[in-house]
Amino acid sequence: MKTLEEINKIREQKRKELDLRVNLKAGTKEKHILVCRGTGCTSSKSPKIIENFKNILKEKNVENVRVIQTGCFGLCAKGPIVIIRPEDTFYAMVTPDDCEEIINTHIIEGKKVERLLCKDVDGTLVDRLDELNFYKKQERIALKNCGVIDPENIDEYIAFDGYKALEKVLTSMTPDEVIQEVTDSGLRGRGGAGFPTGKKWMFAKMAKGDQKYVVCNADEGDPGAFMDRSILEGDPHCIIEAMMIAGYAIGANKGYIYVRAEYPIAVQRFQKAIEQAKEYGILGTNIFGTDFEFDLAIRLGAGAFVCGEETALLESIEGRRGQPRLKPPFPANAGLWQKPTLINNVETYANITKIILNGAKWYSSIGTETSKGTKVFALGGNVVNIGLVEVPMGTTLREIVFDIGGGIPDGKEFKAAQTGGPSGGCIPAEHLDTPIDYESLSAIGSMMGSGGLIVMDNTKCMVNLAKFYLGFTVDESCGKCTPCRIGTQRMLEILERITEGNGETEDISKLEKLAHTIKNASVCGLGQTAPNPVLSTLKYFKDEYVAHIEDKKCPAGECKALANVEINPELCKGCGICKRQCPVNAISGEVKQPHKINPEICIKCGACVDKCPFKAISK
Amino acid sequence: MEDNKCQCECGCNGRDEFLDKLCEKYEPIKDNLIQMLNEIQEHYGYIPMKAQKVLSEYLNVAMAEVYGVITFYSRFTLKPKGKYNIAICLGTACFVKGSEKLLDTAKEALKIKEGETTEDGKFSLEATRCIGACGLAPVFTVNDEVYGKATPELMKKVIEEYRNKE
Repeated sequence: MKTLEEINKIREQKRKELDLRVNLKAGTKEKHILVCRGTGCTSSKSPKIIENFKNILKEKNVENVRVIQTGCFGLCAKGPIVIIRPEDTFYAMVTPDDCEEIINTHIIEGKKVERLLCKDVDGTLVDRLDELNFYKKQERIALKNCGVIDPENIDEYIAFDGYKALEKVLTSMTPDEVIQEVTDSGLRGRGGAGFPTGKKWMFAKMAKGDQKYVVCNADEGDPGAFMDRSILEGDPHCIIEAMMIAGYAIGANKGYIYVRAEYPIAVQRFQKAIEQAKEYGILGTNIFGTDFEFDLAIRLGAGAFVCGEETALLESIEGRRGQPRLKPPFPANAGLWQKPTLINNVETYANITKIILNGAKWYSSIGTETSKGTKVFALGGNVVNIGLVEVPMGTTLREIVFDIGGGIPDGKEFKAAQTGGPSGGCIPAEHLDTPIDYESLSAIGSMMGSGGLIVMDNTKCMVNLAKFYLGFTVDESCGKCTPCRIGTQRMLEILERITEGNGETEDISKLEKLAHTIKNASVCGLGQTAPNPVLSTLKYFKDEYVAHIEDKKCPAGECKALANVEINPELCKGCGICKRQCPVNAISGEVKQPHKINPEICIKCGACVDKCPFKAISK
Repeated sequence: MEDNKCQCECGCNGRDEFLDKLCEKYEPIKDNLIQMLNEIQEHYGYIPMKAQKVLSEYLNVAMAEVYGVITFYSRFTLKPKGKYNIAICLGTACFVKGSEKLLDTAKEALKIKEGETTEDGKFSLEATRCIGACGLAPVFTVNDEVYGKATPELMKKVIEEYRNKE
């Protein structure tokens, strides 16, 4: 147990000690080696890197150097990432074998290890983190502590204003004032739908009930999205603090966080954070000497996308199949065990502490007229800088994909970006200058979604992509309502037939008709949005559907059944590489003579296309 | 559905130490079903019939409902996985980077489909949802080992390596 005074003392002391994390001019003898321990970097051996650094420092008796594990720095494509502070040197793609050289050259001799410095998209060597184009247009609010603090150390969280917002709320604000602040900030739900957060809190406060609950939705199901995971891994305490503030505001003393079991690191760090908060008396009774009490528990999801829908999530916490409930009543009135329940997404909570500390006015000064603050995106697919980015609302897609993301690799062209995952849509090049906010994205047939942003180059077939998403929804439809259960299956069958070359002219109108029925008649958000990937690709890439159906051709060359692999005899030099690559021996030809593919044997796998050094083979 | 009798052959009579401890850990209320199933899945690698029976009795939930919950969630499986479980990420970021090719390669090399186990029990194959290592796309895992920026060639090589392992 720690008193408020003791916690404030920890903050003061630790803040000085850790100043070099945020201040390049910190006058200190110490150096901190920060190593990313997010899922991406952990998968590429960052725990071993930490171990090696520690061992080498010990062996060589180097003093005043600390090795710290942190959350995600964002630039996952360059992982594992090592940053040395206070000079802010950014080392990319570090391997466990590089540790000795970094210690010898950088720490002991005071020079940079040039071969490990990060190269920017234009090829220039980047010395410092803040010089990277990737970071220049970003503004980190929800991710403020990710990559700065050790997420498993509560003192480091406290040092950077941790639990200060909770103190402010408990000691100087009424619940109504808290809700007013959140309302004035203009914050909207970051799970995708964008419902005003303050309003949600007010409904939950006004609901009558002896017991109320606060729930955090961390069932991040959108394939290709990892914002929530990174926040939980990099800054778990900020979610605990925000859930407690929400509990105080609506009058709840019990909280649940529903996390995917597929996120073991996030679960383990959150569990540890809860234990530490309990140890410090931050979670428990008489918090900070007031009569406020709060308890928090983790519930694991077990791999069902529909559980991201709030009422299905509640069913799952109660131990049942995650099938959505009919609304109304809304969870604010009848949620967990039929008690008033407030449900917010991880990223929504991650903004709360900053709004309380810096004020609604500050927060609402960022963003656009209707969408305030920032949004975190998981940028992935055919883009150079794959990773996690946080930008002010109103930033254009072009800025995200080209300025921050570094454009499309391998000299290919941008074709479309997909936001909102299986509920969202594709945005073609003509809309690259659309500012990102809730309304603008809906207007062009996509949606904000939870933050997955997948970029596709011109070799990607849009019909195949729609099929991919429909396959996902068919798998994940819970089966409760007919339009979603059967309708999505029928749509998938039509898409399969089109990509296999058996499409019929009326298939497009059939798809449209089914899509509208499913949208209008499904029970929950999963069904209501499931046709969006088809509708948006039909809107912008109808010619591709037509080419599949009428000409039996896949313009992008991705659909195997429609591919016709041919060698251009004028470009072929007869090197024989394709012949050796072919898994079914379909290619024949003499050395230095144009080769030929036997279409009856060819399985259209495309291995030869990728390997031909003269680009003589086309699909 | 199979009858309620324990199908295992270890002579445990439907209970074992693990299940006894699990029942001590959790209160006998229905809400705990998914949490207990998660622990069982983790421990055995699947949900054996004996465990279903224990849960049904302990939590006072019909066997049909236990079965209903197990089959609803993709993390729970009714059959044991292979010694080496190959899981290929089919999240969008990996899909766009060609993870379908990895799946095809694995299917061909192991001669099984996704969700199946090889006859010798050595390999099982799984297509998973996003595992969150999108920066390394396309990704597959063998048990806990992660292989990033994977190619069909790497898949073949890795399968060969495990095939030669005990």
